[in-house]
Amino acid sequence: MNPKLSETVGPYFGEFGGRFVPEPLIAALDELDATYLAAKADPAFRAELDELNKSYVGRPSIITEAKKFAAEFGDLRVFLKREDLNHTGSHKINNVMGQALLAKRMGKKRIIAETGAGQHGVASATAAAYFGLECVVYMGEVDTQRQALNVARMKLLGAEVVAVTTGSRTLKDAINEALRDWVANVDTTHYLLGTVAGPHPFPTMVRDFHSVIGNESRAQMLELTGRLPDVVAACVGGGSNAIGIFHAFLDDPEVALWGFEAAGDGIDTPMHAATLSMGVPGVLHGARSYMLQDEDGQTMESHSISAGLDYPGVGPEHSWLKDLGRAKYHGITDSQAMAAMRLLSTTEGIIPAIETAHALAGVEHLANVLPAGSHVLINLSGRGDKDMETAGRYFGLLS
Amino acid sequence: MSAVKELLLENKQSGRGTLVGYFPAGYPTVEASVEALVAMAENGCDLLEIGVPYSDPVMDGVVIQEATLMALENGFKLKDLFEIIRGVRERVETPLLVMSYFNPILRYGVDEFAKDLKNSGAQGIITPDLIPDEASLWLDASEKYDLDRVFLVAPSSSDSRIVSTSDASRGFVYSVSTMGITGERAKLDELARSVVSRVKSLGTEPTCVGVGISTAQQVREVNSYADGAIVGTAFVKAYAAGGQEALIAKTQELASGLG
Ligand SMILES: Cc1ncc(COP(=O)(O)O)c(C=O)c1O
Repeated sequence: MNPKLSETVGPYFGEFGGRFVPEPLIAALDELDATYLAAKADPAFRAELDELNKSYVGRPSIITEAKKFAAEFGDLRVFLKREDLNHTGSHKINNVMGQALLAKRMGKKRIIAETGAGQHGVASATAAAYFGLECVVYMGEVDTQRQALNVARMKLLGAEVVAVTTGSRTLKDAINEALRDWVANVDTTHYLLGTVAGPHPFPTMVRDFHSVIGNESRAQMLELTGRLPDVVAACVGGGSNAIGIFHAFLDDPEVALWGFEAAGDGIDTPMHAATLSMGVPGVLHGARSYMLQDEDGQTMESHSISAGLDYPGVGPEHSWLKDLGRAKYHGITDSQAMAAMRLLSTTEGIIPAIETAHALAGVEHLANVLPAGSHVLINLSGRGDKDMETAGRYFGLLS
Repeated sequence: MSAVKELLLENKQSGRGTLVGYFPAGYPTVEASVEALVAMAENGCDLLEIGVPYSDPVMDGVVIQEATLMALENGFKLKDLFEIIRGVRERVETPLLVMSYFNPILRYGVDEFAKDLKNSGAQGIITPDLIPDEASLWLDASEKYDLDRVFLVAPSSSDSRIVSTSDASRGFVYSVSTMGITGERAKLDELARSVVSRVKSLGTEPTCVGVGISTAQQVREVNSYADGAIVGTAFVKAYAAGGQEALIAKTQELASGLG
């Protein structure tokens, strides 16, 4: 019998994953892997993380049924897993608290992180303040401009924010710069990677820290509706919030899993970030996975109105789930996402992050393929406060 | 035996030591990079290392990042690499290795890349982001086409990884001098000496030291305990500042550190 999908751990997810990094980093990855495995087996670690989740992060997060929003799309029920209500405003904190505890266990006093939307950077800066660690966040220069409020938040929390001016000056280049820092400072520094990409053990470990989202949701949905949802959906950048909510449902074949990627101006244009829909397998940032690349193996620049989805790679477990057919992935354009952002705001009084709005826009696509009365659970991965400048300009709300 | 290994052992024996010179393919243009590599060979480099420009060079400091980005902006394509190798081969006999991040090789097709490399006259590949554990395709192709495989070891590598990496390597083992990316260092770490002595006592392949070497004194010092000194940033920086002439002067200067 095949092992359960949910029990799969790295380094490989089928033919994806691995460790395509320079040798100087291997010792640190081995140390992290060993520390994580020991912590995972240690009830005291679990208890410490559970307590932090309860008394600091604000878990469990609630589920809100979005009735008026759902009514726009016909006969279905839409449920929102409210990761936007976590401390710091997104799912990112789940992984950050886990890794910060590991950094402490490894005796590392400095953490570095990459960030696109700034949510992972803010969560990392928050954990650094809480645990008394030094924190440096690498952020593409383009993103420091479109997510300026989050830059201010990180600085107020005491972190140093380094604007990365190489390459496309977005998330991909921030990861390159963080890796360069890590190679040079690996003795004192933990690289707190913010999504399920990168070399082993990151994809497995980050997934495990986010699996709380799906575990809570599964129980909450059973209690709320007496059954499992028909669809679980999330936006996909690197893929952490998606894998976090998918994971508890991987071995429930009756639950369809849908990931919505950023299609930017459209997947028929070069201006998109739809890695799983349009990419081909290759090696980027330490793992083999789908990626956007040209015929010479050069990484292509991605484009999305959403900084957090503007990444030409994706976590290896998603590539595996795609090829298995267990999850489906679909592109959402900038304008579809912005329309969904507005719709959720006006119908439910919830302003989602632009990243998250891609998952919400996916409901229109799902409504066309689902039977009447279907239940759709969406990971509301973050709140939109950080996006007010982009949204204000987009909708012409700023004077 | 690998021609590269043979050369390293010979130069060690004679007391000369070895200077390995890195230069990016297509920088600043395809033609100019051929001229640069030929000049490096003619002015004292014993071994050439041709860098393949790549969009995400995580092992490289800003000097090499900027040069390889310029090569890409000026239109470098992977097929040009083989023309550059042929162009250099026609004019000098200096052995030649390619340094490439893995994805361009993977996309090209590992077997195809190895075949074209062999046919163009290069000796092998240095793979900065490919460890032997992930290299099965390249191990097969390099055997098939009789090419050298240069893998990295670092001060952080465990003894058992040094053994397995040395076993998987052919030609030489690349000892990373320090924990960090390419770029000049005023002082070479003691770490370089200790990683070399571990490679020597645990493995059988020769080893050259790279990252941070930029002076004749450092070339001399490294050759006193290792089998060669690898220089990249210092050459690229000289070229960026003063073109071919400055590159020739820098090559002669660094070669003066040889015995
Ligand atoms: C609110 C929110 N959702 C989603 C993402 C995308 O990341 P991932 O795909 O790893 O969940 C981000 C990243 O910044 C985010 O801030």
